[in-house]
Amino acid sequence: MAITSIKNLKEFSTNNDRFEGAHTLCPGCAHSMIVRELMNCTDDNLVISSNTGCLEVSTAVYPFTSWDTSWIHIGFENAATSVTAAQVMHKVRKKKGNLKDNDAPVKFVAFGGDGSTYDIGFQWLSGAMERGHDFTYICLDNENYANTGGQRSSATPVGAHTSTAQAGTHSYGKKQKKKDIVSIMAAHGSPYVAQLAPNKWKSMAKGFQKALEVEGPCFINTVSPCCTEWKFDPKDTINLTDLATDSLMFPIYEIIDSHELNILYRPKNPISVEEYMAAQGRYKHLFKPQYRHIIEEVQKDVDAKWDLLQRREEARL
Amino acid sequence: MAVKFDLNEREVWDGNYAASQALRQADVDVVVAYPITPSTPIVENYGAYVGNGYINGEFVMVESEHAAMSGCIGASAAGGRVSTATSSQGFALMAEVLYQASGMRLPIVLNVVNRALASPLNVRGDHADMYLGRDSGWIQFGAFNAQEAYDLALCAFKVGENHSVRLPVMVHQDGFITSHTAQNVYPLTDEKAYEFVGDFVPVDDMLDFSRPVTYGAQTEEDWHYEHKAKQHKALMDSRKVIDEVFAEFKEITGREYNRVESYDMEDADVVIVGLGSTVETARVAAKNMREKGVKAGVVAIRCFRPFPYDEVRDVLQNAKAIAVTDRSSPGGAMGAFFNEVTAAMYTSESRPMVTGFVYGLGGRDFSIEEAERIFAEQQAHADAGHITTEIQQFSGLRGPKLGFFKTARG
Repeated sequence: MAITSIKNLKEFSTNNDRFEGAHTLCPGCAHSMIVRELMNCTDDNLVISSNTGCLEVSTAVYPFTSWDTSWIHIGFENAATSVTAAQVMHKVRKKKGNLKDNDAPVKFVAFGGDGSTYDIGFQWLSGAMERGHDFTYICLDNENYANTGGQRSSATPVGAHTSTAQAGTHSYGKKQKKKDIVSIMAAHGSPYVAQLAPNKWKSMAKGFQKALEVEGPCFINTVSPCCTEWKFDPKDTINLTDLATDSLMFPIYEIIDSHELNILYRPKNPISVEEYMAAQGRYKHLFKPQYRHIIEEVQKDVDAKWDLLQRREEARL
Repeated sequence: MAVKFDLNEREVWDGNYAASQALRQADVDVVVAYPITPSTPIVENYGAYVGNGYINGEFVMVESEHAAMSGCIGASAAGGRVSTATSSQGFALMAEVLYQASGMRLPIVLNVVNRALASPLNVRGDHADMYLGRDSGWIQFGAFNAQEAYDLALCAFKVGENHSVRLPVMVHQDGFITSHTAQNVYPLTDEKAYEFVGDFVPVDDMLDFSRPVTYGAQTEEDWHYEHKAKQHKALMDSRKVIDEVFAEFKEITGREYNRVESYDMEDADVVIVGLGSTVETARVAAKNMREKGVKAGVVAIRCFRPFPYDEVRDVLQNAKAIAVTDRSSPGGAMGAFFNEVTAAMYTSESRPMVTGFVYGLGGRDFSIEEAERIFAEQQAHADAGHITTEIQQFSGLRGPKLGFFKTARG
């Protein structure tokens, strides 16, 4: 059963607390906010899986665990597979009537970082989506392999400096565009996909609830600013997320049944990509004269993507 | 209720079909699988049982063998009986997750239809995949024919799920030679088979929310070592349970299994030690050699992991010359099986002569004549009182004779 009242953030944040505060995520990491919100938005039992990554290594270091619910981690790539197979086992055992509590509703959720979602676990995720299991996959997208020191992933945006796409005298950082994972997941025929952000906590909670309630494979890409690798002050995580959503670098939207696109947040006063980039150390080289044109190129891309989203929303496709 | 499956007292099954019938009778809850020759029919058959109501489980076809074993882990942690099958490249792709399954102490049963590893690509049987699994922390049983593929699959569930064991189990059979050869198989009735295997009783059930569990935690230098040592101890301790399960199986079927099988070993001077279907070839050769006055015997490993060092030593200590046969490319060393047997024999008083034979790679036929030649060579070592050839030889290989390593013992 979903929590119906999410008007009050303070009340919501203490509801049904199944994610313990004692973890080793960096101060200012958005991962824990997103995970807590998922776990607080439902009263149903949860089976959660995690791919290898920041969340996993920070929440289950023996003999401790932050998970006050069933949780499994196998490898870097297979959280979608493990949790959907658990869901199949649940179906069989429910039919046979040998569950501890046969009638209690259970939800199945997988978490992965962008490295495990966009790159190494892409095949496992795609397979689980295609099979149509009733589960929700949530990507904690911090646009790099933060757990291993900040290497580029296919979620890293153009122009960002990473340890394997270095900015220097002959390079402006990552050359390739970010993979459009939301469209790819929608193209699987998913009943619900969305891109959400922790600063817009109410729309995020509602999106999570929709994904949990809808039967079938749902996918949500969440923006998770990484103070360590994006280089900003840990106290500014939500401020930085505001810049991400207001610059439309991260538009907030959902796609229902692969065609009904709804924009969930329209900034009243959109800011420039430049302003968003200026707040982060990973883009500082772009402010040198020889690389300034990259900021303009990214702005053009962001404008075009926003235009496309609005047109898709209007056309319902 | 599942639809009743009619069985005759004697069926004609190949190894794959025999294994799939064991899965049906054990009432496996979930099979997560990806097809690969020659093991494919095992999971296809399970899917057909589900599709026709012969079993109340679920069949999940995933997009790779890595996902197949990943799914088996998730399903097993969710507290039910889980099995799958694979071969060769599929087994290699699973390798990462095999270690996770055993480390999490999940009693998954994996039917491995042995096949060579590429390159060059080859779909026929050798033991390269079986060897790849030898450090993965799984129990490994070897079936030499279709009846054994069936019997050992039933035993595998009972051993692995025993709460003092809690380890995954592989049941190996040879690709095509066993998996695709129809033979007489005497199945148990469904009732008897299920009674033998028993209900699945979960430990650390992810679907018991009154007691949340964390699977797959991280341990570094502070705890990893203790976990792995404990896992090794569980494997070593499983020997007792395996013996008990084999004894119980004999009681209800009359069919006897031992972790080490021995044939004509009472007075044997020369011995072939083998794995898989090769054992049956060697047994015929031993009988032929005995007619020629050579005291030949055969020792076969039923339980490759945990390796039965004590039993191997005890059964071989009175032999004079022993040939250990490796059906896997040794890759710059002695064969792995040769090394195991030799290590066991080094702890004996008698320390008999041991040589190694690589043979049958990529499904190259291992003939009775070839086995007889190996026996004759062992007799020559025994008569001379020392090893008269290189210690490692290649049997049945075309072209110039290939051999490596010489003994320093006179």
